[in-house]
Amino acid sequence: MNFTLKVWRQGGPDTAGRFETYQAKDIQGEMSFLEMLDVVNEDLITGGHEPIDFDSDCREGICGMCSLVVNGIPHGGQKGTTVCQLHMRSFEDGQTITIEPWRAKAFPVLKDLVVDRTAFDRVIQSGGYISVNTGGAPDANATPIAKIDADYAFDAATCIGCGACVAACKNSSAMLFVGAKVTHLNVLPQGHPERFTRAVNMVEAMDSEGFGACTVTGACAAVCPKEIPLDVISKLNKDYALGVLKGVGV
Amino acid sequence: MLDSKIPSGPLAQKWDKHRFDLKLVNPANKRKFTVIVVGSGLAGASASATLSELGYKVKCFCYQDSPRRAHSIAAQGGINAAKNYQNDGDSTYRLFYDTIKGGDFRAREANVYRLAQVSTNIIDQCVAQGVPFAREYGGHLANRSFGGAQVSRTFYARGQTGQQLLLGAYQALAKQIAKGAVQMFSRTEMLDLVLVDGHAKGIVVRDLNTGRVTSHSADAVVLATGGYGNAFYLSTNAVGCNVTAAFRAYKRGALFANPCYTQIHPTCIPVNGDYQSKLTLMSESLRNDGRVWVPKKPGDTRAASDIPEDERDYYLERKYPSFGNLAPRDIASRAAKEVCDEGRGVGPGGLGVYLDFSDAIRRDSEDAIRARYGNLFQMYEKIAGENAYKTPMRIYPAVHYTMGGLWVDYNLMSNIPGLFVLGEANFSDHGANRLGASALMQGLADGYFVIPYTIGHYFATTPKNCPSDSSQEFRDVEKQVNERIQKLLSIDGKRTVRSFHREVGKMIWDKCGMARNKEGLEEAIRLIPSIREEFWQNVKVTGEPEGINKTLEHAGRVADFLEFGELMCLDALERDESCGGHFRTEHQTPDGEALRNDEDFAYVSAWGFTGDSSRPSLEKEPLVYEEVKMTQRSYK
Ligand SMILES: Cc1cc2nc3c(=O)[nH]c(=O)nc-3n(C[C@H](O)[C@H](O)[C@H](O)COP(=O)(O)OP(=O)(O)OC[C@H]3O[C@@H](n4cnc5c(N)ncnc54)[C@H](O)[C@@H]3O)c2cc1C
Ligand code: SF4
Ligand code: FES
Repeated sequence: MNFTLKVWRQGGPDTAGRFETYQAKDIQGEMSFLEMLDVVNEDLITGGHEPIDFDSDCREGICGMCSLVVNGIPHGGQKGTTVCQLHMRSFEDGQTITIEPWRAKAFPVLKDLVVDRTAFDRVIQSGGYISVNTGGAPDANATPIAKIDADYAFDAATCIGCGACVAACKNSSAMLFVGAKVTHLNVLPQGHPERFTRAVNMVEAMDSEGFGACTVTGACAAVCPKEIPLDVISKLNKDYALGVLKGVGV
Repeated sequence: MLDSKIPSGPLAQKWDKHRFDLKLVNPANKRKFTVIVVGSGLAGASASATLSELGYKVKCFCYQDSPRRAHSIAAQGGINAAKNYQNDGDSTYRLFYDTIKGGDFRAREANVYRLAQVSTNIIDQCVAQGVPFAREYGGHLANRSFGGAQVSRTFYARGQTGQQLLLGAYQALAKQIAKGAVQMFSRTEMLDLVLVDGHAKGIVVRDLNTGRVTSHSADAVVLATGGYGNAFYLSTNAVGCNVTAAFRAYKRGALFANPCYTQIHPTCIPVNGDYQSKLTLMSESLRNDGRVWVPKKPGDTRAASDIPEDERDYYLERKYPSFGNLAPRDIASRAAKEVCDEGRGVGPGGLGVYLDFSDAIRRDSEDAIRARYGNLFQMYEKIAGENAYKTPMRIYPAVHYTMGGLWVDYNLMSNIPGLFVLGEANFSDHGANRLGASALMQGLADGYFVIPYTIGHYFATTPKNCPSDSSQEFRDVEKQVNERIQKLLSIDGKRTVRSFHREVGKMIWDKCGMARNKEGLEEAIRLIPSIREEFWQNVKVTGEPEGINKTLEHAGRVADFLEFGELMCLDALERDESCGGHFRTEHQTPDGEALRNDEDFAYVSAWGFTGDSSRPSLEKEPLVYEEVKMTQRSYK
């Protein structure tokens, strides 16, 4: 297969970017999207050109490092799939493919397709944890947790922190990401004591990082590779509202 | 002489007694000590969080853009603990014994016993942090069984146990970062270790965003940098996993133990082509219902469905009638290699065997199989593009875990005072073969429950010294690091970094993979230096030292694999016996099992760097078994 790639190239955080066109030749359907880019990069390097920089690590859909907007859709639009798990057989021979970085004020571009997502870490630091130190934890079976709650918490906890939800949102809102973490922790009895402060503090941190407001259009959930459901946002809104009412938060 | 510092006294009391004997640092003094932790996986994140909770000032480093992305995130199956919640006869002693036996009697008794002891605390801690483990309808924790054990002691969170445990540790770390107790440096790669007066006192790092090379000093350095499986180029590791931190420490004097002990997992999706960048694991549980086979005839290119029953070789069932498709990991891996070497492999390049569910589907229905393994069939379809309900899966063994690592004593301190090593990066607990669900347990044991005690003893018994990061020692190492970067960028040769990585990886896989022998190892030891030489003359690294330069990052890591790979082969050659994952074809029982030689090889091989062109030194730590008797490992 052969493809024409239109790729966003940007030298550094403070330089202007532009699209460059490349030809991807002799691509096999079994290649993942990132392996296709590896092949293009090998050619660029051999020809003495700088390769296209992009992030990836696990290449199996779990670390959340890969982050490409493919033909306008974060992760490329295959249901429940990160771009590292997207394979070239799902494209048509001869197709033109546009590749861009996540675009959001809170995720500035560092180089080419690599963005800075440390804002997500800071949002977690504002309350995305249970305040327990190591040692002295009670026996793990001391507090039974209904299977339905444990499963619900797990479903929300599968968020890989990739940021596709932000990239897909016209307001660059991080509500799906924050909702996923708040839901994970707030439905568990261990997370209960801090549930209102957690919701309020994380929403405030999200706002101050420059993520936008949520208008519940659902573009986030549509691209989420872990299929985090929109209802985590309702859960977040509810705990946030109660928190504000109680005047908690720092 | 290597002193493993194993406490005296009965096995079951060693850790208690040792904790009592360890000197303490008074709480008010702890904040005067700075600890560098390199790595934010299960081992590094748990250590950073816990040490800072105790009051130490912690600086934590990782190469990814967030500590949450360390490769612990990818672990699927589960984590062991001797909780005996199932009332099926588990105990600390049983977990200890299974682990020692699983490691083919090449691990340290005292370390393994401690691991089994603290395993139960890990589960308590993780639940308190909000890790959503699988539960029964009554609300209590669920367990499943795993290879090498006859009890159900594995805790799990669907197929994402590593992710959930790591997020627990990451969140504990985030809590400490928010308090200002941990300073986090992500996208920062350690490129060297700095010794002052013989003690580990800091590191030199490169900021992967700006390219700036800087120094960080501390009272002690903790390495938790993961395994070196990417020496093989293709493995189930993340593409960034590397040996650099551990290897740089080795070159500064730390001993490297058992580098030839690597684990090859039997059920991975096979290699498709040269472009392939990594391999993906398929859970071993599939072998419960899948039957493994290849055509009887070499070079048979017919589709699976066109090969009649009597022309198929169900080789595991044939060779191991009692265990059949559930033969242990190392045996199943080797058997697959054998049939492929005979030219009977299937799929592209002939490197694959069938894992066929058609009998199970006929017996139990497609829906039943879907309920058991649906997500795995889906994952398989995503990658291989085939529907495994209709055609058999193709699988092949792949490098998965490295048991070898930097040598540490019972306190997890290397032979360099002040240098501690945790998690997959050390060698301590799994001997020559790791049991499933035991690496997660070890990483968290090291970080939450061992290092917090043992590091204090080092501080309390050594004169305090946290040198300035602009002292001469640091400036010298920084200069060397910068020179190496300049050198890589200036070669401007013709071959890409990846082509060298692929070449050396294939060499190590062929000669030091599932089966090894004297001839092949000697050949590799002869050939690797020539690949290395070509690398330093003909590699092409584009771009600048400043700013993001992923080619340069990869080049540095491959340069280290090119040296380290030779050490792996040297160790494999020296260990003239078979044990666990180290299978020397010269030493096997009549039915093809690993044949140990306890008389001559019941020791840990600890290699020391002696110079770029001289043979490393070999120190041997004898393995003394006070409690268990070494026996021929058998799962028949
Ligand atoms: C696919 C897969 C499935 C697995 N499944 C299981 C399982 O079910 N059960 C089980 O018990 N085990 C399993 N394992 C093994 C287990 O996951 C690992 O052994 C374990 O998680 C390693 O943890 P760690 O903290 O030692 O290292 P890692 O999690 O690999 O972390 C290494 C850290 O070091 C950092 N680092 C590395 N080099 C540098 C450097 N030079 N400079 C700065 N930072 C650096 C990285 O950024 C990272 O933060 C699995 C492994 C794989 C690959
Ligand atoms: S909610 Fe989904 S899209 Fe957003 S960060 Fe998490 S996994 Fe990615
Ligand atoms: S590279 Fe890890 S999720 Fe894509």
